[in-house]
Amino acid sequence: MIDRAATAATYPGEWRAVSMFGSPGRRMAFWLVVGAYLVWAIGDLSINWDRVMRGFPRALDIFTRMVPPAVGNKWAILVKGMAESVQMAIASSLAGMVLAIPLGLCAARNLAPPPIYLAARGVIVVGRTFHELLIAIFFVKLFGFGPVAGLLTLALSSAIFLAKMLAEDIENMKPGPVEAVRATGASFGQVVYYAVTPQVVVRTLGVFIYRLDANLRHSTVLGIVGAGGIGATLASSFSRYDFDFACAILLTIAAMVAFGEWFSDWARRMIR
Amino acid sequence: MNPAAPRSYPDVWHRHTPREMLVQWLWLAGSAVAAVWSVSALEIEWAYFKDAHEQAADLASRMWPPKWSYLPQIIRPLIDTIHIATLGTMIAVVLAIPVAFLAARNTTANGFTWMIGRAILVGSRSINTVIWGLLFVAIFSPGAVAGIFAVAARSVGFIAKLIAEAIEEVDAGQIEAVQSTGARTLQTWWVAILPQVMPVLIGTTIYRWDINVRESSVLGFVGAGGIGIYLYASINSFAWPQVLVILIAILAVVMLSEVLSAFIRSRIS
Repeated sequence: MIDRAATAATYPGEWRAVSMFGSPGRRMAFWLVVGAYLVWAIGDLSINWDRVMRGFPRALDIFTRMVPPAVGNKWAILVKGMAESVQMAIASSLAGMVLAIPLGLCAARNLAPPPIYLAARGVIVVGRTFHELLIAIFFVKLFGFGPVAGLLTLALSSAIFLAKMLAEDIENMKPGPVEAVRATGASFGQVVYYAVTPQVVVRTLGVFIYRLDANLRHSTVLGIVGAGGIGATLASSFSRYDFDFACAILLTIAAMVAFGEWFSDWARRMIR
Repeated sequence: MNPAAPRSYPDVWHRHTPREMLVQWLWLAGSAVAAVWSVSALEIEWAYFKDAHEQAADLASRMWPPKWSYLPQIIRPLIDTIHIATLGTMIAVVLAIPVAFLAARNTTANGFTWMIGRAILVGSRSINTVIWGLLFVAIFSPGAVAGIFAVAARSVGFIAKLIAEAIEEVDAGQIEAVQSTGARTLQTWWVAILPQVMPVLIGTTIYRWDINVRESSVLGFVGAGGIGIYLYASINSFAWPQVLVILIAILAVVMLSEVLSAFIRSRIS
């Protein structure tokens, strides 16, 4: 016979949602680890709390000086900087795509011989690790200040990104068409043109458009290290406390990036 | 009855019809025009290219061999760099959850709150981390705090956008089930929606953390803390063997974080 009272007593009177940690012990352990990390990290960074606290009223002050944004007589600088950013983005994306085709073919395991494959993968892994700004500094040292350094930086990083995506697409393609074209006695170039290209071209175009959009975003910061574009103007307006102009630049960048994102979504839907 | 005249077939096979070929060539020509316009408008000083390879070789020879004795000095800023990325990502997740509920169509209160949510997403995402760094350096003066806020400001939009997309795709049955027990809105979110988007939340956060480690390696260029300050100072003082050590250290840290992030994400999915 079931002891009703005993059964009822084993159930909690109040329902609680199932914890995502699995058990209370694991939940405790998670929050303990987070807490311990926070204590360690914040202690480690030797933060000057006094300066941080003074920052909050200053944030309000900067904000009031940013609104309303104003351009005044600096329209020419703003337009020139933005145009330079856009041109850098377009030219570097196209150059990156051209460079990415050979690099991508070399980095595809099913097309390239192992030594070439490993070398190309090495270039891609190392190149992807470094931030665009970091690469830009070196190009500024080599080619002097100006958009050339930015153009080469973005071309290099786009080439590496596009090559990685292209290589993955080539590795995932169907082997049938390649075999069929090879069986006709086609050369390597003919295999690439007739068997590989039709299988990867649509996705690669999509990735290219995505990268064009990404380059537009990156081209707005490279000026901070002197590699051309609107970034230099923005950095100098901050250092001259010209906050209303800085705000105008930020809004222009935001608008352009939003437009770029919309365009990239639209274009990728069109080609599909 | 005349036998049908034999149709003339071309002797050589072409993959594309002449019309397709024409369209392709037009696209190529258009791209070439865009490239030429972009490059010519940049007013490039081509003279710089002449000796670029010599300059590059010269730079490489100055860097070699790496000055390994410098390594102990940069351990501290390297750890700071990881702290900036981690603390920034933590702040970003905490802020991203409410923003995501605001920006998801099925949880936002009305059209106005949805617009606010979307505006936060667009604003946060369209400004680069380094530009956020400029702003926060102006506010908090140079240091790691500016870097943490910069990373957080950029990551909020990224994380919230992906969570909001996940919220819009949750199983409505579970929401209805919890609502039918008489749960309030917040209780519904907590019990019915949050567990469903948890895998996306964790995956996105870890992915963003690994991007943030890479971003915080350059935040020092604008004075927002981390290894970037040392790199910039070394480059400006032409201490090239030190620069090489820093580059190798950044390479190691960023690659480690990428491997770690990929490993954790493959475990949870």
